Amino acid sequence: MAQHVLLIEDEPNIAEAIRFLLTRDGLRVSHAAEGASALSMLRQDPPDLVILDHMLPGMSGLEILTALRADPSNCNLPVMMLTARGRDREMAEQAGADRFMTKPFSNAEILAEVRAMLGRGSAPG
Amino acid sequence: MKQPRRPLFLARAPYRRRRLRDAARLLPIVGAFLLLLPLLWAREARLSLTSADVIYFFLVWLGLIGLAAALAPGLRGGDGGDGADDEED
Amino acid sequence: MPFNLLVLSCVLYAAFLFAVAFVVERRAARGRLGWLRSPVVYTLSLSIYCTAWTFYGAVGYAARSGLEFLTIYFGPTLVFIGWWWLLRKLVRIGRRYHVTSLADLISSRYGKSNMLGVIVTVIAVVAATPYIALQLQSMVLSFGVFASAEPDGSRPLDPDQIAVWVAVGLAFFTILFGTRNLDAREQHHGIVTAIAVEAVVKLVALLAVGSFVVWGIAGGVGDVIARIDAADLSAWQVQPGRWTGLIFLSAAAVICLPRMFQVLVVENEDEGHLARASWAFPLYLMAMSLFIVPIAVVGLDRLPEGSNPDMFVLTLPLAEGQAGLAMLAFLGGFSSATSMVIVEAIALATMISNHVVIPLWLRLRPGAAAEDDLRSVVLNARRLAIAAVLAMGYAYYHVSGGSAALATIGLIAFLGVAQVLPALLGGIFWRGATRTGAVLGLLTGLTVWAYTSYLPSFGPGAVLPQAIFTEGLFGLDWLRPHALFGTQAMDPITHALFWSMALNVLAFCLGSLFTFPGPVERLQGAAFVNVFEGAVGPQRWARGQVDPEALLGMAQRILGEESALSLFQSAARAQGKDGFLPDPTPNFLDQLETRLSGSVGAATAHAMISQLVGRATVTVEDLMAVASESAQILEYSAQLEAREAELTRTAGALREANEKLTQLSLQKDAFLSQISHELRTPMTSIRAFSEILTEGDLAPELVIRYGKIIHDEAKRLTRLLDDLLDLSVLENGSVQLNLGLASLQGMIDTALIAARQTRPDREFLVVRDLPSEAMYLKTDADRLTQVFINLISNARKYCDATRPELRIVVRQRSGRVTVDFIDNGKGIPKESQTLIFEKFARLTDANRAGGAGLGLAICREIMTNLGGSVAYLPGQKGAAFRVTVPLRLERMAA
Repeated sequence: MAQHVLLIEDEPNIAEAIRFLLTRDGLRVSHAAEGASALSMLRQDPPDLVILDHMLPGMSGLEILTALRADPSNCNLPVMMLTARGRDREMAEQAGADRFMTKPFSNAEILAEVRAMLGRGSAPG
Repeated sequence: MKQPRRPLFLARAPYRRRRLRDAARLLPIVGAFLLLLPLLWAREARLSLTSADVIYFFLVWLGLIGLAAALAPGLRGGDGGDGADDEED
Repeated sequence: MPFNLLVLSCVLYAAFLFAVAFVVERRAARGRLGWLRSPVVYTLSLSIYCTAWTFYGAVGYAARSGLEFLTIYFGPTLVFIGWWWLLRKLVRIGRRYHVTSLADLISSRYGKSNMLGVIVTVIAVVAATPYIALQLQSMVLSFGVFASAEPDGSRPLDPDQIAVWVAVGLAFFTILFGTRNLDAREQHHGIVTAIAVEAVVKLVALLAVGSFVVWGIAGGVGDVIARIDAADLSAWQVQPGRWTGLIFLSAAAVICLPRMFQVLVVENEDEGHLARASWAFPLYLMAMSLFIVPIAVVGLDRLPEGSNPDMFVLTLPLAEGQAGLAMLAFLGGFSSATSMVIVEAIALATMISNHVVIPLWLRLRPGAAAEDDLRSVVLNARRLAIAAVLAMGYAYYHVSGGSAALATIGLIAFLGVAQVLPALLGGIFWRGATRTGAVLGLLTGLTVWAYTSYLPSFGPGAVLPQAIFTEGLFGLDWLRPHALFGTQAMDPITHALFWSMALNVLAFCLGSLFTFPGPVERLQGAAFVNVFEGAVGPQRWARGQVDPEALLGMAQRILGEESALSLFQSAARAQGKDGFLPDPTPNFLDQLETRLSGSVGAATAHAMISQLVGRATVTVEDLMAVASESAQILEYSAQLEAREAELTRTAGALREANEKLTQLSLQKDAFLSQISHELRTPMTSIRAFSEILTEGDLAPELVIRYGKIIHDEAKRLTRLLDDLLDLSVLENGSVQLNLGLASLQGMIDTALIAARQTRPDREFLVVRDLPSEAMYLKTDADRLTQVFINLISNARKYCDATRPELRIVVRQRSGRVTVDFIDNGKGIPKESQTLIFEKFARLTDANRAGGAGLGLAICREIMTNLGGSVAYLPGQKGAAFRVTVPLRLERMAA
């Protein structure tokens, strides 16, 4: 069964790009545009990896991350954060993010990171 | 409530102003007295009408109006302390 | 004289008064009253004391009872020459606390008790009804005199019909000019001026008739004196008690009559006018009564036995063939009657609407203070009340059959309103007077008056059965209406005066002595009694947890939008704040309450603010604190107080400036990171999709789709950079303005078309008033249009109503034009209202339309450059923005 990635990103174009890349790589991608729906999707369909944007309307990325880590079943869930700035990184690290990706990123970079986090080899399959 | 200290004696101008106010307060009392006076003239405490009564009333009336007119300009600017406690000097 | 000519001259005269009132209202609206605010007009307006009763009835009174008619003028004369005692204080209180009527003054003094307001209103209405009937009757009589003087003797109209037409005409006039606006102070310049004109007409008419009688009919002053001595009048005798009682009664009436209170206190423009009126008004009264005795004496001599002496003023000139003079006299009588009825109706309508209708309305609809448009409720209540007052006057006339002699009805009305006197005098001179005392006194007086004077006036057997007059109530002999407690020596009016006043004062004093007033009542009492010391303010509000926006909404519904906004804005400025929403400090709440009470009365204003703020929590402890505080304040000089206020203001401004500065440095960091974010976002998409495209082997439709995304994001990037550059140019003030004349309507048209591109799927209803937009502005049309486009687009984007609607309201005020854009969405929460003009301040937008949140910031900078402003307008239900722009922008030196 294909591994499941939950993408939380409010910019529709960026979300579409990431979804295209990951789907082509054989992953199942679900997408949420803001915090509340993201948290409910997290419960209904637990993912193997979360890609979380830092700047979101309403609940910020950090708040979502904190809420996510508060749930004991999710404390080992790998989370990748999309950020813009260095200072946010420290706060995100404390909140429990595993990896960071700075916008704008290259497609190869983000694919490599995702594969590494999911423990997959570099070859598709 | 106690008023803050007031001067015991006043200069000439404020003194005049106060007496003017006294006069203004006195005027209606004088008026009432003069308008009730004819009641005591008639015998058996009854008033009947003669031309002299008419003339008397109109003269008193005119006199009161004249006095009020004389007092009014001096009072117009008058403001502030209304109490009877500023009477003594 | 042909009857139709008479009616025509009445109509023409009324039309002339209309014109006077109309012109003055226009001038007042433009703030150019000039000489119309002079003491002369004030004094003349006081002449409504002299009604048709005086004009026609005084002669009849003199013919029946000799000099007794003079008592009706002596009372007011004593009150006015003694103005330093009472009137001065009354006027000061009225002006200081925005008193709208006698009922308002009493209710406000006794702790804003609406019950007292209702009682006083009832007394006033009951007492005024026969008085108004009296005016109708005198007009009917005077019409009748002319009609019967016609050769064929036929009566073209029956009296009832005349009375109806007069009542309807007066109601129309009064409603037209008496309920035009709901002012902060309940003033009617147009009507006051029309009444001053009428005062001149009636004085001239009476003097003309008098001169004609003395020098035209009789042979000069000497002859008249001889006739007086010879006449039957000399047989008339007066009881000292009645003489004194009537002087007292008329003195009380001149203060307590609703119409006198209206012109004396409510319409007063300047306390200095009172000083002039103190002698000028008695002079007017004397002039009015100068010829009464001669007219009465000569009339009795010359006219046939059995002529109605009430009509001598008309019948004497008519009998001597002086139709022109009679016409003048008729207009004089017409003036007396109309001016009385108009002012009385206004005064009563104010009381009824403020103390009966509005409190009922607020009770029946608990949320009304915050929701309903109370202005129209108040105005409509007044219109109805005016009509009702006149209808009651007519009904009284119709029922009583207009038979009673004029003077008797007038005295009964005087005695009715005089029942308010103890509560009034006690209220402003005695701090110990309490609400319970006032209620007891008023009710006692009202009952005794009704039983001994009012109800018997309908005649034995009409309301009170015959048996009561002879045997007393319940067969108790000592309860006979004209001989209470067996006092038979007095005539009915003196008897009623004596007992009603005695029992009224007794009940008032005992009630006051044995009850303890509430805190609000004590504060109000101190504030009213010590009005000249000014140390104790009126009742205070505790600092409440009230939303200033809700207060603003309520104030707008009573004061009207513009004056409410300017009141709030100036209060906010006094607190050192920007915008329209001051903090709800006790001072501000007091200020607001005073303003509102000028429109709807103290009790109602208090109740309405209570609805929002919660009860004013004043306790006896607070009172003690206020008292010691005010004792301390007395020791400070006024200068110190002023400096303290200045300091508070400066501190407020400094605090705000400091907050701004700290925020500014934070904002700078935030701004940079925001820019970085806003730039990175489109770049992320562009980079990702361009990499995908470079890899090749994609379905053709995906190539097209991704190409379009790249294109869109590139455009977005460009727009962002444009906005940033625009903003930096505007902020530096180095922008080139392209000034020229441009049509406001054209700019709004352009903006509406351009804004249609944002969310073209939404159908918007745009409400405009094209005539108000028809003006040319000297400004930079492109820049101003840009602001309009932005505001309209925002409304299209964010208005969440199912049937979205945008109202565009244009107003012009002293060289500035305001354009309001008001939508019907849910508006912007208060905490965000100042935030939205900041850069990148985008509220949580579910439907973001690709903007970077720079739009309003740019708008603000543009408006600053155009010499105007753009601000969020709170309290409009939806989101509302006000653009203010100068009509003519002059190029600035810099």
